[in-house]
Amino acid sequence: MAATLKDATAIVGIGQTAFAKQLPQSEKELACRAILAALDDAGIDPSEVDAFSSYTMEETDEVEVAKAIGAGDVTFFSKIGYGGGGSCATVGHLAAAVATGQASVGVAWRSRKRGSGPRPWKNTAVQLPTPGQWTRPFGLLRPADEIGMLARRYMHEYGATRDHLFNVAMACRNRANENPAAMMYERPLTREMYMTARMISDPLCLFDNCLETDGALACVIVSAERARDCRQKPVYVHSVAQGLPSQHHGMVNYWNDDPLSGPAWTAARHLWKQADFGPQDVDVAQIYDAFTPLIPLSLEGYGFCGRGEGASFTEGGALEIGGRLPINTGGGGLSEAYVHGFNLINEGVKQLRGISTAQVPDAATCLVTAGEGVPTSAILLRA
Amino acid sequence: MTTTTTTGTTADELLLPVPDGDGAPFWEYAAQGELRIQACAAPTCGKLRFPPRPCCPHCRSFDSEWRLMSGRGRIWSYVQPHPPLLPAYAAQAPYNVILVELADAPQIRLVGNLVTSADAPLDSMDPARLRIGARVQVVFTETGGMAVPRWVLEKS
Ligand SMILES: [Zn+2]
Repeated sequence: MAATLKDATAIVGIGQTAFAKQLPQSEKELACRAILAALDDAGIDPSEVDAFSSYTMEETDEVEVAKAIGAGDVTFFSKIGYGGGGSCATVGHLAAAVATGQASVGVAWRSRKRGSGPRPWKNTAVQLPTPGQWTRPFGLLRPADEIGMLARRYMHEYGATRDHLFNVAMACRNRANENPAAMMYERPLTREMYMTARMISDPLCLFDNCLETDGALACVIVSAERARDCRQKPVYVHSVAQGLPSQHHGMVNYWNDDPLSGPAWTAARHLWKQADFGPQDVDVAQIYDAFTPLIPLSLEGYGFCGRGEGASFTEGGALEIGGRLPINTGGGGLSEAYVHGFNLINEGVKQLRGISTAQVPDAATCLVTAGEGVPTSAILLRA
Repeated sequence: MTTTTTTGTTADELLLPVPDGDGAPFWEYAAQGELRIQACAAPTCGKLRFPPRPCCPHCRSFDSEWRLMSGRGRIWSYVQPHPPLLPAYAAQAPYNVILVELADAPQIRLVGNLVTSADAPLDSMDPARLRIGARVQVVFTETGGMAVPRWVLEKS
């Protein structure tokens, strides 16, 4: 009989540092602070941690973290590829490790100093990995340029407009305005600010891009059985999936039959197949928002609407609290902090604990997704 | 075949392609003014593939050839990057980056730039003329000891 991951594990602790353009601490120290905060939240001693999971572009590795926090013997560790596409997979890997007895207390984390530290696209040398030969010399340099290319085609094919992208930016900003920890707390956005903002990669303007942030987050995963004895109400890991579609190609997904159907579609098929509920039963969603166009694409990919309907889905306040599908209730990468999507995981946990600063009443199910465009991952959480 | 040694940038500091083993023939043909795309050489298959790779994803044959394209295509999408950018690109911004689907094989898409002539700067084309579906024709620009494809509007 096959083992199932369904509700076999739970997130029992979450922790985070401050989010800011510039923090004085090192990435390593930020990671340790977030991890220790998450363990304290769970009521679990750091010496009990025996599993770690992170994702690439993380400068702090498990050896350093385990040593610094005083972890015991570690029997499982993993590092998932593709940067922001790996955020939810950390929870998935730890859930699998705990459910199959490879470890008992797992910690996933993300620490970065992108607010004050280097940005990869500014470095000529790292512009030229193998796939870069087909894109970088032509001035397609930054993720914003690569996603902007897809966004323009999406607008052309489906009649999406900048107003639709504004709906996304606005929903995230409105939630950040309610979240004192968010970088954009008390900094409202207006339609006029959006429409007159400087362009970054036309059709994408400043407000279509996530924030550059210093900060760290972590969460703690244990078996469902153990979770019942932890300090906090367990948030169960209901379904997990990664997605690397057939004939996919890194971030610039231009070389398959349908570049507008990205890794989200692949992850979603597996995610829903393993779940007891469907998209119509999701109370709140935390959708990876490095760029606003990822939201309509993901709404389609994860089955909240049909192909080409993602933009119109955002109309009429659908993404706001009280709307059809409230999203990114901490403010997301666009307005809370861009910590490679990990804040979306912790915000999902807050919603199902009932402690979000923009609480969806009685939220019992939450979808969290990782970066769309790159090979990705997603989790379904339930109270 | 000769190996092109590059420093990664041109005299004006634009990035140069750094070919890998699979991609090298593309750039060697480009230096001869030819747009060629890798194709499966198995007689029962023959499918084109891009970017280049060791074997055919359809029949798994390791035999490949480089097929000459007409050099005609249509704009599938485009963006106009604005700073902050690497300095050499910022100097020409906003410029366009286009994605061209080849007339001979619409599933093969190449990233490039729409310019007024082969040697014109990246920002030479009037942005008002950028349009999805516009017909374009490849030209080759010599730069930093390499030839890179650029695109001009097809003369009607
Ligand atoms: Zn073949």
